[in-house]
Amino acid sequence: MLFSIVVSGVAIGCVYALIGIAYNVMFSASRVFSFTAGTLGMAGGILGALFILKLGLPVWAGFLLALAGGAVLGVVTEILAVRPVLKSLDQHLYVLSTLALALIVQQFAAIEWGTDAQPFPRLLNLERSSFDQTFWLPMLACAITIVGLEMLYRRTLLGHAFLAIAEDNYAARALGLPERNLRMASFALAGVIGALSGFAGGQMLLANFDIATQLTFYGFVPVALGGMGNNRGAVIAGLVLGLFQQAANFLVGGVFSSVAVFVAFILVLLARPEGLAGVALGRRV
Amino acid sequence: MDMSTTGIRPARASFLSSPAVSTALPWLGLAIIGSTLPLWAGGYWGVIATRACIYWVLVAGLNLLVGFAGQLAIGWVALLTLGAYITAVLTAGQAVPALDPYLALAISAVAGAVFGVVVGLPALRLRTFYFAITTLGFATIVRQIALAWSTVTGGGVGVAGPVFPEPFDSQWGFYYLCLIFAAICTWMTINIAGSRFGRALTAIRDAEVAAEASGIAKPRLLMAVFVFSGATAAVAGGLFASLQSYITPDAFTTELSVLFFIGVLIGGRGSIIGPLLGTILLTVLPEFAAPLVAWSTFLYAVLLLAIVLTMPGGIAELIDFKNRRPLQTNRAIVPRPELLKRLLAEDQEPGTLTLEQVELHFGGVRAIDGLDLTIVPGQVHGLIGPNGSGKTTTLNVISGYYIPQNGRAVLRGAVLTQLAHHRRAHMRIARTFQTPRIVGEASVLENVMIGGTIDGTGTFFESLLALPRHWKDEKKLRETATLALSAVGLEQLAHVRADRLQHSELRFVEIARALMLRPAFLLLDEPAAGLSADEIRRLGTLVVAMAKNGAGVLLVEHHADLIFDICDLVTVLNLGKKLAAGTPAEIRSHREVVSAYLGG
Repeated sequence: MLFSIVVSGVAIGCVYALIGIAYNVMFSASRVFSFTAGTLGMAGGILGALFILKLGLPVWAGFLLALAGGAVLGVVTEILAVRPVLKSLDQHLYVLSTLALALIVQQFAAIEWGTDAQPFPRLLNLERSSFDQTFWLPMLACAITIVGLEMLYRRTLLGHAFLAIAEDNYAARALGLPERNLRMASFALAGVIGALSGFAGGQMLLANFDIATQLTFYGFVPVALGGMGNNRGAVIAGLVLGLFQQAANFLVGGVFSSVAVFVAFILVLLARPEGLAGVALGRRV
Repeated sequence: MDMSTTGIRPARASFLSSPAVSTALPWLGLAIIGSTLPLWAGGYWGVIATRACIYWVLVAGLNLLVGFAGQLAIGWVALLTLGAYITAVLTAGQAVPALDPYLALAISAVAGAVFGVVVGLPALRLRTFYFAITTLGFATIVRQIALAWSTVTGGGVGVAGPVFPEPFDSQWGFYYLCLIFAAICTWMTINIAGSRFGRALTAIRDAEVAAEASGIAKPRLLMAVFVFSGATAAVAGGLFASLQSYITPDAFTTELSVLFFIGVLIGGRGSIIGPLLGTILLTVLPEFAAPLVAWSTFLYAVLLLAIVLTMPGGIAELIDFKNRRPLQTNRAIVPRPELLKRLLAEDQEPGTLTLEQVELHFGGVRAIDGLDLTIVPGQVHGLIGPNGSGKTTTLNVISGYYIPQNGRAVLRGAVLTQLAHHRRAHMRIARTFQTPRIVGEASVLENVMIGGTIDGTGTFFESLLALPRHWKDEKKLRETATLALSAVGLEQLAHVRADRLQHSELRFVEIARALMLRPAFLLLDEPAAGLSADEIRRLGTLVVAMAKNGAGVLLVEHHADLIFDICDLVTVLNLGKKLAAGTPAEIRSHREVVSAYLGG
């Protein structure tokens, strides 16, 4: 039992961590937290099931198309909900615009896909085991994402440009970096990561429109606790969250595990609003 | 006074365009439609109108929270759920002995007030998006508990809603009950909106730092609003349970929560009539497009996105005809310093504001490095120096935005550096800001009245019910604010939306707001920046007159001429250290100052 708690906990924690990373990638490029983070995960699941089960495409094609769908969603978010309100960040209009867009996408999915959870295909033709692909696929996806992002940020010019934008937007623009294109690229990247989490975790979460709200919330927990923009913090906090939630699930049951996670989240945030690994905000006047 | 130099063109004396009538008309229309509805509308519309009334009971309270205080509580359906279940369970007589429905409704209101604070508490610590997410999480949790706690709530099967006794048991009877509640909530929120509490809320939303400098204690005020919004949402829940006649957790979706939230935003921030019309619109809209019912939340979301991107002011801005009239373009600011006598108290306690050996560093940077400074009542003290020399930082230490690592600021024996930000206003220390901090959607007069918030005597509760002290406070604040506006020369613009003013005028609005505190000490942060030569001269006269009337002024400025004209003493900062101090004449001939800063 301990084994299954740990395995399922780490697996779901990896999904949360990936959504958290999607939040972070968007935040780094724009200083905006987007409510669409969870819908990216939802889109990965639904698009995967749509392409592979409904349209009968091979797994690799469904995979690539689902990721492409996520990228498109990310770019649409940037164009529709982020770029127009960037000028007035202090008015927090982005909270409303990204919420509106997340609802639009989610409602569209609910109407066109249906409100019931639908099955997600088994991706690999392997025997079922206690350490099943249901669980190790999200872990693999998370590991690949972390390594990939590290390589991107450290080894490539594009990655350096992303970092420059995140570090100091004005200075980066003054250096002549194409800030707008980089921002769109970041949102596309976040879309791919979000869709990857939904696709890799699809066998666990199913193709379900309702998952969007949950992922938006549980995916933000690692961001808040790990410190905004801090991917390593997000992964650690995501894993802890997943394990905590699954343990509570087994020990005290579904509802109380939700309550436990929520209460723990609030208490930690109240104690440390900047997150466990974050730093306090700067000047106000 | 000559109209052409001082103000806007006089309004045409038409009955319909007089401000009082044009604001009252929509209300009158709504009241007539609402009260006569059974005479001309069918029963089906009665149900929809009842629902609109119930939604408004919730949205009215939420409006203070979202539209006025700017707290993005997107999961407020949690409190509707709570109120609905408490009222239903207490009257159903299954889990507990059946109670009278009104008593049950009252109990749920109390519970709603308590939980409103519980949900709201994180708002004091967390930033916008964090708070929005926590309310969303709370809504999910409450719904899950309603589903799981089946011995009390009936779980997925649900529980019967309350039935209110005669004469409210019929369909139209219940409609009138809800209408009465809606009317009461409207009245109470109008009272708050027009009180110092309502203005303080908008100040917290748009100009938090200025709110603190005016002595507004954010935690207490927000808690009062969370109590009120929680209670009204729970009452709405009780009525909702009765309207549904049977409630299950499925009735309380995130979509419903979003509907409330969008109702406020479509209506427009800082307005009552706007969100009311928004709520009616959102309730009625799906009825006109029956095939689109499944798409309703989708459409709300599209509407929200469209509003945010194209018309952040919402319906309220759309129907605000008064502020469309063009302002006169060549208006001038003509201060009347002789009025200051009536604003600045002559009973000011003596005592100087002293900085002693203040040191403040950010990491390795020494922003202030052992500064001694004394501000004497009745004198203008100039603080000059190159950019980054620590002028504004010094102001911020006095205002409490920075805590110095060493040294202290003392006033009348009290160590300022140990007080909370907003306590400085109570010590009669007022300030202005480098970039004016103004509530753009409020009128100029309302902005100035914000400065006098701490001088009100009535409580939030008294304002809610418009008890006598509320009126007394309002009258006094209005009079003082009008006087302050006249003193700085802006009384002609009193009723104009503040965001329509020119930058230079906003600087004078800030001074008027600072004057509302009857300041013993006034900290002015580059008040002349962006002013014309004429305006700078008038500003100088005004500042000198403030000092003559007993105020100690600390003036941070770059305009050397102004400093040397009006200051009694000048301190020159460089790299956080005092480079020189003395009379303007001494400073002007100080060799180091001339070479480091003045040039020449």
